[in-house]
Amino acid sequence: MHPAKSVILFTTTSGAGAGLLIWLGLFGLAGRLSPEMFFHIVAFGLAFVLVTMGLLSSVFHLGHPERAWRALSQWRSSWLSREGVTALATYPLAAGYAVTLYELGFAHIITKMMGLAAIVSASLFIVCTGMIYASLRPIRAWANPYVPSGYLLFALMTGAILLALLQAMFGGNYIPATGFTIGLLAMGFMHKLGYWRFIDQTSSGSTPETATGLGHLGQVRLLEGPHSEANYLMQEMGFRIARKHAHALRRVVLIAGFIVPSLALVAAFIVSGAGIFVILLAAVFCAVGMVVERWLFFAEAKHTVAMYYGAPSA
Amino acid sequence: MTDLPQAPPAVKLGLVIDLDICVGCHACAVSCKEWNSGGHSAPLTDFDPYGTHPSGVWFNRVHSFEVVDNAGDARTVHFPKSCLHCDDAPCVTVCPTGASYKREEDGIVLVNADTCIGCKLCSWACPYGAREYDEDAGVMKKCTLCVDKIYNANLAPASRVPACVSACPTGARSFGDLGNPESGVSKLVASRKGFDLMPEQGCSPVNKYLPPRPRMTTGDGAPLTPVAADQAGLLARWVDRLFSH
Repeated sequence: MHPAKSVILFTTTSGAGAGLLIWLGLFGLAGRLSPEMFFHIVAFGLAFVLVTMGLLSSVFHLGHPERAWRALSQWRSSWLSREGVTALATYPLAAGYAVTLYELGFAHIITKMMGLAAIVSASLFIVCTGMIYASLRPIRAWANPYVPSGYLLFALMTGAILLALLQAMFGGNYIPATGFTIGLLAMGFMHKLGYWRFIDQTSSGSTPETATGLGHLGQVRLLEGPHSEANYLMQEMGFRIARKHAHALRRVVLIAGFIVPSLALVAAFIVSGAGIFVILLAAVFCAVGMVVERWLFFAEAKHTVAMYYGAPSA
Repeated sequence: MTDLPQAPPAVKLGLVIDLDICVGCHACAVSCKEWNSGGHSAPLTDFDPYGTHPSGVWFNRVHSFEVVDNAGDARTVHFPKSCLHCDDAPCVTVCPTGASYKREEDGIVLVNADTCIGCKLCSWACPYGAREYDEDAGVMKKCTLCVDKIYNANLAPASRVPACVSACPTGARSFGDLGNPESGVSKLVASRKGFDLMPEQGCSPVNKYLPPRPRMTTGDGAPLTPVAADQAGLLARWVDRLFSH
């Protein structure tokens, strides 16, 4: 599948923003957030900016951005519509929680209800993003349980690293958030390895033989395409990445996305006073790793339609 | 509404494509482009049409495949492909706006160009590549089964078939109601063992394909017979014997 920059930007930034909201919910309800007003503004503001950046990038990617509001109507059947609904529901819920947390305090019943609602809404938003891809049967690399669970895991991971960074910046106790981040980095590392093993070792139920229905006659291969130039289908769904590049990029994901951030965060425990610097280092590396991870998620995914254009498998 | 019809449509209009007859002339694809350039989903935008890298929207394309059997014997199969108007159309249910829909009265899958936001998700959901995005109009386009031709009372009844069916010079394409087991197309599918493309994708396509017929052989398996048989003239027999050594 063609890795569009707008979709890579959307899924990574809105995931990190929603993940940060979930952690602000969990830490806030546990009374572990700084009560300072400035911290509230920066932390919730960063989460909203990230989610909004992602949503705007995906809206302007549309053929008709001015009709985007129509996408909220088909939540009964479409995961993309559900994603839009949960994304928009998250704004008032999270904003209400931010205000009640500051004004009423974490122990107040209204704060607790708002916080819980914001956590649920942000989580559903991320899962809906993953389900958009997981519901596409023609793409074997996407239509599997690794995809929605991966989206949720990576959103929580990037959100946790942002919370640790914010707490370090504001002189708060960043140790719990850093600990959670290290645990999530380890889980993310294992999840990514499992996902790659899955897509490398399984094969699609569809072949050029089933695509043409000619399998009973023998082995099928494209002799002549329908036209001499590339068409929309080939550009959008025929994107292929060389195997050796894929392997090099997988190493970049593992090293930049998981290993370097883990080591940096462990250093935050050991080296006193290194907090902000090493957490920032971890966040930057993790961001680079996640962008490459998302690029590969698209570039490595093969669509059945490519078999009508000469691909030997899907 | 992007929900599929509650009950499968009683009438299922669709195509039956005979891979035994198709000669790969592309007349159906060209005729489709011509009709639909002025039809329901017009225009079918082309970019750089007379330049070095032309591209554009087509609803019907003809692929040619080589099929090699276990004995290494190869045959060419020309393979026209357009929207299959599936019963369980995933392109319809993924649509976030309701622009993509399946008609209850005849099962035709259409796109409302006035409400399509151009998110392209339906083209990802279709395993067959039936949908093509129009970069210029910013909306998705697809085969309409010539909905503006098959019901057109201004046309002679014989012309009320999709443009690809009208154009086919060999009669490889048939159009009719595949929901009615007594219809001509249903009987054709039953008698020729018509099949679905990629049934494992679970889309229940309405369009059917008919397989190429088995090759005719001489019985003894010899693919060729001598140029001149015994009943040939004296000179021909003599030439045959001379060159047969």
